[in-house]
Amino acid sequence: MESTTLIAMASIVTAGITMGIGAIGPALGQGRAVQGALSSMAQQPDERNSLTRTLFVGLAMIESIAIYCFVISMILVFANPFWTYVVKKAGG
Amino acid sequence: MEIVAIDQISPDAVILLQIGFITINATLVYTWLVMAILVVGSILITRHLSTDRRLSRWQNVMELIVNAVMGEIREISRERVKQYFPFIGSLFLFIALSNMLTFIPGYVAPTSSLTTTAALALTVFFAVPIYGIASQGVLEYLKEYFRPNFLFFPFHVMGEFSRTLALAVRLFGNLMSHEKVVGILLAVTPLFFPVVMQVLGLLIGIIQAYIFAVLTMVYIASATQAHEEHAHKHK
Repeated sequence: MESTTLIAMASIVTAGITMGIGAIGPALGQGRAVQGALSSMAQQPDERNSLTRTLFVGLAMIESIAIYCFVISMILVFANPFWTYVVKKAGG
Repeated sequence: MEIVAIDQISPDAVILLQIGFITINATLVYTWLVMAILVVGSILITRHLSTDRRLSRWQNVMELIVNAVMGEIREISRERVKQYFPFIGSLFLFIALSNMLTFIPGYVAPTSSLTTTAALALTVFFAVPIYGIASQGVLEYLKEYFRPNFLFFPFHVMGEFSRTLALAVRLFGNLMSHEKVVGILLAVTPLFFPVVMQVLGLLIGIIQAYIFAVLTMVYIASATQAHEEHAHKHK
């Protein structure tokens, strides 16, 4: 198997697996965060504003882990440095 | 009209003009556009400010925004709200406006490029020690790095760098992923789903602007308030 095929295959498979596995952890974490926020809001409805604000900040921080995985996927598919090098070598 | 092709990851690659070593790319042009809207809009609105009951509509909008941002700053840092307001307000307004204009066809958000978000995160990285030293003095600020234990110094330094990186990548990742997803959906199922994704993108843009500003405020508050807590503990 030549290197072009190998690099293309590895990039595509890795991109898919990265995003697939990388979304599991943040999703579970966000579920627990919302669960905690909802039960706190049910206990103290007066503090709803502060709880919502803290919830959104926490959700964004948990989300950034999934965003990191997504960025790696995008780089592998769209801005793959090995792919451009191999294509240049195969073309030139 | 396609400014960023589907296989390009950011508007940095779209080069409009090149004179010598100065490169004008699409990110720069859209940043100037957002800056022009903010500056010209503010100048026009604040030309005839009035303090009685009859305000112009735009002055009302500005007062709403200013009050909202100052309220958020006051929640996080109890004192010196006016001192932090220009920095935090500018960050929030720039990021919010640049994220919200994405519904205009032909517009690519400058914050969807890692260079813009890295620049914004760098300003936060330098602003936190500047505000910390301005409020506590150099020695007291530096002593904070060794505070729980002398061995915690590398963790604090690593923490500073990693949260700056996290700020940049979070904003970049959210915006760039939105653009790519809308672009790909346009190729697959046109007309309905891309519109829904665009609306979601507006919501995400506002939330990310809020997160950026709030996290900056939290970092600045943690750098300037530890002194008071320590002083209270000694009393």
